[in-house]
Amino acid sequence: MRFSGLRVFKEGLTGNKGWKAHWRDAEPRPAYDVIIIGGGGHGLATAYYLAQNHGITNVAVLEKGYLGGGNIGRNTTIVRANYMMPGNSEFFSHSLKLWEGLEQELNYNVMHSGRGQIVLCHSDGQRDAMVRRGNAMRNQGDDAELLSREGVRKHLPYLDYENARFPIYGGLLQRRAGTARHDAVAWGYARGASDRGVDLIQNCEVTGIDIENNMVRGVQTTRGAIRAKKVAIIVAGRSSQVAAMAGIRLPIESHILQAFVTEGLKPCINHVVSFGMGHFYISQSDKGGLVFGGNLDMYASYAARGNLPMAEHVMEAAMALMPAIGKARVLRSWGGIMDMSPDGAPIIDKTDTAGLYLNCGWCYGGFKAVPGSGYSTAHLLATDTHHTSAARYRLDRFRTGRGLMDEEGTGSQHNLH
Amino acid sequence: MRLICPNCGERDVREFYYAGFAAALDRPAEDAGVEVWDDYLHNRDNPAGEARDLWYHESGCSAWVVVRRDTASHAVLAAELACDVKAGGA
Repeated sequence: MRFSGLRVFKEGLTGNKGWKAHWRDAEPRPAYDVIIIGGGGHGLATAYYLAQNHGITNVAVLEKGYLGGGNIGRNTTIVRANYMMPGNSEFFSHSLKLWEGLEQELNYNVMHSGRGQIVLCHSDGQRDAMVRRGNAMRNQGDDAELLSREGVRKHLPYLDYENARFPIYGGLLQRRAGTARHDAVAWGYARGASDRGVDLIQNCEVTGIDIENNMVRGVQTTRGAIRAKKVAIIVAGRSSQVAAMAGIRLPIESHILQAFVTEGLKPCINHVVSFGMGHFYISQSDKGGLVFGGNLDMYASYAARGNLPMAEHVMEAAMALMPAIGKARVLRSWGGIMDMSPDGAPIIDKTDTAGLYLNCGWCYGGFKAVPGSGYSTAHLLATDTHHTSAARYRLDRFRTGRGLMDEEGTGSQHNLH
Repeated sequence: MRLICPNCGERDVREFYYAGFAAALDRPAEDAGVEVWDDYLHNRDNPAGEARDLWYHESGCSAWVVVRRDTASHAVLAAELACDVKAGGA
């Protein structure tokens, strides 16, 4: 079933009775070439690119709950490529390019909107750092524009420019950054993978990973044993638990990141805006809700909900930056579970067990990474070599100290990112 | 979330600075080797359930506290002073 304007028109005239389920709800078979543990954005994208780019279709995606029910369905939907460190820089640049072609590639409306992101600066030092970051982004081939205070005012007239404590000095604009409909990304990849023969198996929790002679043989699940030549663990949020089934202790602490959404409002915020003096960023969904968030609660948690201090901080930052937001009412808030790695960068790598692969540690940057992550993880699974865009996401970088991607300059240490 | 400080009793989480899992207390010997130190510095059990973590009562009595806490429910179960944990040979 292909989507098109004509199809929508015809269905509209015939009572919308012709739409079918977007993917097959498959039953597990006894064996596959590749098993992907985790039916979230990264797992589904990996399955799609395995089939599309490498012709590997004897693949199962095993999902404990329902497809796209984890962090892909609980994020703030921002897509950008404004990283500075080698490793991150080329990866997110590649991922943004994939985003820009994603709807055509998948024949699916993921509502990708390159509405631009503006990160604000509030001091000379911050502006200097911003110039450096902007230059790094342009060297990578992505766009970045330094805005003066008046330049920011032209784009964002509703900010508080009279705030004496956090004066707005300017901002860094990436016009190609923006947002996408998070659920639709999971659904689009699911449909693309399923159409190409991948089995998407829901309500199938992996309870063990079978390893013989240091080679992976398959997995045990709540729906029976399934054999496989290769197994990929792509379960950010639960990486430590699943990796432990293979005897692996990961360099990951799980933290909670809160997000908030207001009632639907008329269009008022046209960009993604990030405050530079507190942890606060905001965009407006196409439905009208203001979607915003802040920093981690900063303690280990799997609770999928946060505590009040960070909620309060985010609201305070919002009021400092755009006082008009005080008129909006918060509809709901939630928390996502973040795989926090010591240097704040992810891991896409083989493990010491032959045939077992790892994709984890996305910290708070997993959503925008989905296309690039799936693309490069599929490449790794299919060829056993790292894709050039993700070649530095090695698991051993913490032990060796080589190639750490400490974007924030805080050192390779837990609890500082 | 309200944490327990053995000196001050139940206090708001805002008063504390978080320093990660209490694995940090089990410092290896200097000559333990690269693998052991890598494991100590980076790798974590990261349990989804009962965990022991390390908090500094920054806005209170300045004690380092080991808190036993459920990471899945945010229930705070017990706490002891880090110096007592160290003295106990843990």
